[in-house]
Amino acid sequence: MSALIEIAGLTKRFGAFTAVDNVSFDVARGEVLGFLGPNGAGKSTTMKMLAGFVTPTSGTARICGHDVRSHSVQARRELGYLPEGAPTYPEMSVLGFLQFCGRLRGFSGRELRERVDHAVALTTLGGVRLQPVETLSKGFKRRVGLAQALLHDPAVLVLDEPTDGLDPNQKHGVRELIRQMAPSKAIVISTHILEEVDAVCTRAIVIANGRIVADATPAELAKRHPSGKLDDVFRAMTAPKTAEAA
Amino acid sequence: MFSIRSMMAVTRRELNSYFATPVAAVFIVIFLALQGVLTFNLGNFFARDQADLAPFFSFIPWVFLLLVPAITMRLWAEERRLGTIELLLTLPLRQSEAVAGKFLAAWAFCAVALALTFPFWITVNVLGTPDNAVIACGYLGALLVAGAFLSVGAAMSAVTKNQVIAFVLALAVCFIFAVASYPLVTDFIARSSPDLATLARRISMNDRFLSFTRGEIELRDVIYFFSFIGFWLFLNSVIVEHRKAD
Repeated sequence: MSALIEIAGLTKRFGAFTAVDNVSFDVARGEVLGFLGPNGAGKSTTMKMLAGFVTPTSGTARICGHDVRSHSVQARRELGYLPEGAPTYPEMSVLGFLQFCGRLRGFSGRELRERVDHAVALTTLGGVRLQPVETLSKGFKRRVGLAQALLHDPAVLVLDEPTDGLDPNQKHGVRELIRQMAPSKAIVISTHILEEVDAVCTRAIVIANGRIVADATPAELAKRHPSGKLDDVFRAMTAPKTAEAA
Repeated sequence: MFSIRSMMAVTRRELNSYFATPVAAVFIVIFLALQGVLTFNLGNFFARDQADLAPFFSFIPWVFLLLVPAITMRLWAEERRLGTIELLLTLPLRQSEAVAGKFLAAWAFCAVALALTFPFWITVNVLGTPDNAVIACGYLGALLVAGAFLSVGAAMSAVTKNQVIAFVLALAVCFIFAVASYPLVTDFIARSSPDLATLARRISMNDRFLSFTRGEIELRDVIYFFSFIGFWLFLNSVIVEHRKAD
């Protein structure tokens, strides 16, 4: 079976600056890919291109075989996407917001209600469903964004820092959720929390200065440093090699 | 394929957000108060001793000129500032559906504000026997002027994430179309190029609106307004596509 996410030669330049440089990888069903890298390495830009929000300078990205540029709407139907910072409309209630997303995903009537209820239950938002999003804490907002991405039970999930701002219990909850969903989906999560990679990912890609510098399972990755710690591997791969560092 | 359902989902959300924030109340109160003062005091509504709404309609384009950019300035600029544009445009929704949905919501809102001027219509019917068909034409014209200004404002809002800039740009562009046929303007232009003065008269909104208020609906005027709106909505889509991720 072919991969659900296929990225080939993806490049994005902003003027003279190359944010993402010739990135290629596939993600198959059942895989949870941890997308690692320091801030500004090109993680979010790659995910934005995959979601069809940023237009690549060159290269292609496909979701379930649909090219994100030429068959953008079909590709987006198969995709659940949590943008960086989990943006939501502040004046809307949690329920109103999820219903809006559900309607745009083509649900109505009873099916819409069931989908929203299910997503609310998965992300344990039941207690705040009628509250305006702007009154919620950061962790709740993030889960509202996550609920939106799960509404239509998509084959492909792309989550940009899904556990940022959550407390340890909520982090655990989200990781459990990702683990449960993993067998039926292709999931990409970006993070700079390395314990998360150990906890949920079956594979990790390290990106630095827009290029892929490693693509392996977390265990293999850890072996690349004498200490056997992901932290050390990450630092060795991505730390800027400047005079002051020496 | 353009999906009416997706467009209506956007329209519904936008309309709700007007009424969830003080925007709707402030706009409607100021609109009605301004129209009241202008019509009854400056417009000599009673002293004219004529049963029509000519003074009411003569001020409407100017009131819209001031207030319509205030409605449209947030349409795209706020999505950009909050980051929700990334969410909206990664849902399975075409740009054209989002653009049309937002425009329709703003237009429906203006229609509500316009409908709330019904006491003027009752007043004139109590005091005399006006030609209500002419008044209906005037209202139609006013709605078209509002639509035209809204389409400009929506496109200007897509240019920037700063709402003040969006407001000023919309006001400036609408002003040009509002005054282009005034003798002061055309005489000035005619001094350097008579052809340009003719063009200015053609693209102007004011003369066309005035013929509506006299009860004359001409096909070319209707076509003018709809192609005007269509042009700016198209431009709006292009701007959103081009600058969505900036």
